[in-house]
Amino acid sequence: MPQNYVPVFIFIAVVGTLIPITLLLTKLVRPSNPHREKLLPYECGIDPVDRARGRYTVRYYIVAILFVVFDVETIFLFPWAVKFKAFGLFGLLEMLIFLGILIVGYIWIWQKGALEWV
Amino acid sequence: MLSLPIFLVASVVKIVLVIFILLTAVAYTVWLERKVVGHMQNRWGPSRVGPFGLLQPLADGVKFLLKEDLTPPHVYRPLFIAAPMIAVICALTSISVIPFGTAIPVAGHIIPLQITDLNIGLLVILGVTSIGVYGVALAGWSSNSKYSLLGGLRASAQMVSYEICLGLSLVGVLIVSGSFSLQQIVESQRGYFWGFIPKWNIFYGCQFVAFFIYLMAAYAETNRIPFDLPEAETELVAGYHTEYSAMKFAMFFMAEYANMITVACLATILFLGGGNGPLFGPPLLRLILPTFYFVAKVFVFLFTYIWVRGTLPRFRYDQLMAFGWKFLFPLAIANLVVTALVVAYRS
Amino acid sequence: MCTGWYTSDMAPVATTFFFYFLSGLAILSGVLVITRKNPVHSALALILTLLSVAGLYLMLYAPFVAGVQIILYVGGIMVLFLFVIMLVNIERSEREKQFNQQWLPGILAACGLGLLFVLIYVKGKALFSQPVITMPETENTQRVGMMLYSNYMFPFEIASLLLLVAIIGAVVMAKKRI
Repeated sequence: MPQNYVPVFIFIAVVGTLIPITLLLTKLVRPSNPHREKLLPYECGIDPVDRARGRYTVRYYIVAILFVVFDVETIFLFPWAVKFKAFGLFGLLEMLIFLGILIVGYIWIWQKGALEWV
Repeated sequence: MLSLPIFLVASVVKIVLVIFILLTAVAYTVWLERKVVGHMQNRWGPSRVGPFGLLQPLADGVKFLLKEDLTPPHVYRPLFIAAPMIAVICALTSISVIPFGTAIPVAGHIIPLQITDLNIGLLVILGVTSIGVYGVALAGWSSNSKYSLLGGLRASAQMVSYEICLGLSLVGVLIVSGSFSLQQIVESQRGYFWGFIPKWNIFYGCQFVAFFIYLMAAYAETNRIPFDLPEAETELVAGYHTEYSAMKFAMFFMAEYANMITVACLATILFLGGGNGPLFGPPLLRLILPTFYFVAKVFVFLFTYIWVRGTLPRFRYDQLMAFGWKFLFPLAIANLVVTALVVAYRS
Repeated sequence: MCTGWYTSDMAPVATTFFFYFLSGLAILSGVLVITRKNPVHSALALILTLLSVAGLYLMLYAPFVAGVQIILYVGGIMVLFLFVIMLVNIERSEREKQFNQQWLPGILAACGLGLLFVLIYVKGKALFSQPVITMPETENTQRVGMMLYSNYMFPFEIASLLLLVAIIGAVVMAKKRI
């Protein structure tokens, strides 16, 4: 492992042991008086009806998949951006073509109403 | 340049110190928020425990430890316990690449005030933030309660949507600075132009639009007002942590405030010049001043956070999505094209 | 602020430990992905696999690839997976039979993969004569940028077309009325 990355792993290890230890510690000192009413799913005092994991709207799925696509686009922009000064106008032109194609897609999904939440 | 054993020992010491300071800072950010919002709403805020209520975070901590921690039978147990841990570990880990100031000499070695400087520092922070989504999504799912599931879904959809804008707003800074290393980004903002204006990215790199986008995306990423829909009290009780209590709830709380601090640090480094500022006085003061500037800028950013919370109402969910996808996203693309044009013209 | 104090030379630290730790984790969680009945567990195990592979990329002095692996696969694609899995009725999928007993294709595929592995192991030394990549770690991202936007410009532009297709496909499949 390259030297500079080791502290990050040490950090994760330290935090990753500290947090469970805290949880275990609280287990020793806290009270525990479970009661049927307390253990019900919280629904503002009414007895819960129906299952909790019902079906939900497909828009969450659209958002997630659009996120993946545009995330890939952002990742493509990163190495281009850090090296931009070496590319100059040629690099800009190249990226404009790339972005242009994607913006066509963006306008299309806007037109089709995939960005509407209602 | 440090030799390897000293480098490792120094990083362990720094890690322990940073975790301690960060957790204290989290506790006092909560205090600050309660106090400031209290005064904005014509109340006193915490005032009973200690002078100005300064010991309130301590009392809260003890209370979190001693409260009954319910794990209801309807939840999915392993993930119910793992979710807050994922959230808080991810929230804390991003601090490990933040540079807090200059390097200080300790016992003959020059120790930088940063746990470690990575060449992909910015990518690490983005990656860790994106893992943080799981804490929220799994908490909502494993709770097996309607409010929690809705809160978790809303939170994760909102976080992924604004992650795009967050990433795009950073591209302009990358064009100007030419590196992922946070240390080098800070370095590139040293000095002044036109005699007196600091060469911070927000001024010199013309990144004020990017700063605005970053600000909005950061507020949404940390689920803060005006984007606090995942825990909109009036509709969803407490969102994804409805079923959580005591220490597990405290972990989500800690994660939220630790994320706020990270976001503030990142804004300071990327747009406001990090620890750069006028240096003067004796050598000792010169060593301390960068850290002071850094902390001051972070404080201003955090104060703005609280100020916004005290001022703005909450968006509707469709407004939130429209704002992210139809306004911030095209704006971010336009900003990066303009930045690229300006930089190409300059060189 | 004084410059030049950050360590630019990256000495490898505890290579053996990290290699066996990360690859062991990758294999273990990879096995968990296919043996767990609960799809959420499988997804989480897959996340762990991807993370440990990202660690292995770091060991190969390819930090940019590691970062991309975490941001895209762990932070992007797996979130999508989890969203879809949350839609699925977990209780039913736990009762279903996990493996369909197709021994013949399974054994054939395993043999083929094993053969490929042996072939790579034997021929690989001739193909990649240089055992250690001597690219400086500090310049990794910049080099990736250089390569991608000069040598591989055309594939890069094609990638945007692929993304366009992905956008259109997703919306067409998910929306009822176009």
